[in-house]
Amino acid sequence: MSETKQTFNSSLGKKLIMALTGLFLCTFLIVHLGGNLLLFCKDGGYSFNMYANFLTHFPPIEVVAYILYASILVHALYAIILTTKNRKARPIGYAVATKAPASWSSKNMGLLGSILFVFIVIHMGDFWYKYKFTNTVAFKEYRTNLATGERTEAAYTPEKADFEHSQSFDGNTEIIRVKDLHARVQESFSQLWYVALYVIAMGALTFHMAHGFQSAFRTMGWVHRKYTPIVEFIGTWFFGAIIPLGFAAMPVVYYFMK
Amino acid sequence: MDNAHMNLTLKVWRQKDAKTAGKFETYKAENISPDMSFLEMLDVVNESLTKTGAEPIHFDHDCREGICGMCSLYINGHPHGPKRAITTCQLHMRSFTDGETITIEPWRAAPFPVMKDLAVDRSAFDRIQQAGGYISINTGGVPDANAIPIPKVVADEAFNSATCIGCGACVAACKNASAMLFVSAKITQLGLLPQGQPERYRRVQTMVAQMDEEGFGNCTNTGACEAECPKEISLMNISTMNNDFLSAKLFRQEEVHEVQHEG
Repeated sequence: MSETKQTFNSSLGKKLIMALTGLFLCTFLIVHLGGNLLLFCKDGGYSFNMYANFLTHFPPIEVVAYILYASILVHALYAIILTTKNRKARPIGYAVATKAPASWSSKNMGLLGSILFVFIVIHMGDFWYKYKFTNTVAFKEYRTNLATGERTEAAYTPEKADFEHSQSFDGNTEIIRVKDLHARVQESFSQLWYVALYVIAMGALTFHMAHGFQSAFRTMGWVHRKYTPIVEFIGTWFFGAIIPLGFAAMPVVYYFMK
Repeated sequence: MDNAHMNLTLKVWRQKDAKTAGKFETYKAENISPDMSFLEMLDVVNESLTKTGAEPIHFDHDCREGICGMCSLYINGHPHGPKRAITTCQLHMRSFTDGETITIEPWRAAPFPVMKDLAVDRSAFDRIQQAGGYISINTGGVPDANAIPIPKVVADEAFNSATCIGCGACVAACKNASAMLFVSAKITQLGLLPQGQPERYRRVQTMVAQMDEEGFGNCTNTGACEAECPKEISLMNISTMNNDFLSAKLFRQEEVHEVQHEG
């Protein structure tokens, strides 16, 4: 046990924890973006609400979700521990700031990470917390005619306070009652400051990924003449461009479509 | 070549000893030949300081041909000055312009305390080296070179890492005052060669442990070290060290303290 502790308490061990939690959070970005693209389905929020309901009621996903929340906290905590140690390693700074060429992102990971952390707190407080722990998210009832595929939607007021979701059949009609997170999203994304917050946070994500993704590979010692350019390409263009653009498109499109 | 002499203003960090707080002092360096090295320019300034009875500026130097790793100086925001891949002793005054103000600071890192003026104590590097940066051959003669074949590419790579002179510019340049470029260069150099294999996984653990103990910062893969290194040691070395360290710790369960050395 003491050996394990020694490994993870060493400088390289702490960096490994940063790298592993960081890469795990990267994989989450893919899943989160993929799922949330359902916001672009023009079906009255049916697909998105069904997806949100599935995520919050399927136990394996719940377990992974809590590992994810832990990863965010550990990643932030170790960033603080490492930064504190780094500051202590240079108590007296230079009069002339270093002019060594180094990317802006690599020198500002703490700032970028802090922006992302504030964003995550607001974002989770507004959706995840309200969805799971309050009754502020309204319900919706979807009636689907199984023969024709026609679907109607209506507001639904549950009779019991602890109602979560239901699926029932009325002849040829499927009746689904779920929390209407889609309406919550529409409401949030109709506020300009909220849209701006999302766009700024995704800008921060771009730069955080541009350095962080390839840096994690370096920390794990996975550097190779052949593969490192591919890793850098994925970090810059997939995680640094496509993913943040995809996320930022959601509030922007909803704001202008309202 | 333009042989017109230069006049410069120097802002130099002066500090009486490790315990006294230091401050910048301004000096004039007059009639400086562009063909002088940076250290020779300081010699000229010190000569005039000595004549006026003032304490000369203390700075580290030894071979003055770029191979010993003794000279340092953080000049205008660059360890070893603005030129790429050279040490301060190889930096010439023609790299500066007449009338320029040059700010000269010591390496800044907690494990490199200032001893006097621009001279810092770099014995932390010696202790890291002593923790495992060697090969133990306690007996016998030197084997014939052809008895231990080494592929050319491996020899080249090991030699590239071996060019590290341990000057500490990597620490000085790093925003985190991390020593990982230095430590990884030593680990990579020895780990690549057959003579270094027996102690490869022990070495990486003891040297990293000593590096941590000295209080150096942690690498964030910014790459400033690689850019400022007078010997152009590659950032790749740090990844090699990470790989060896994690491989040792997570998969090999090396018993670091089992190995006993005699004499």
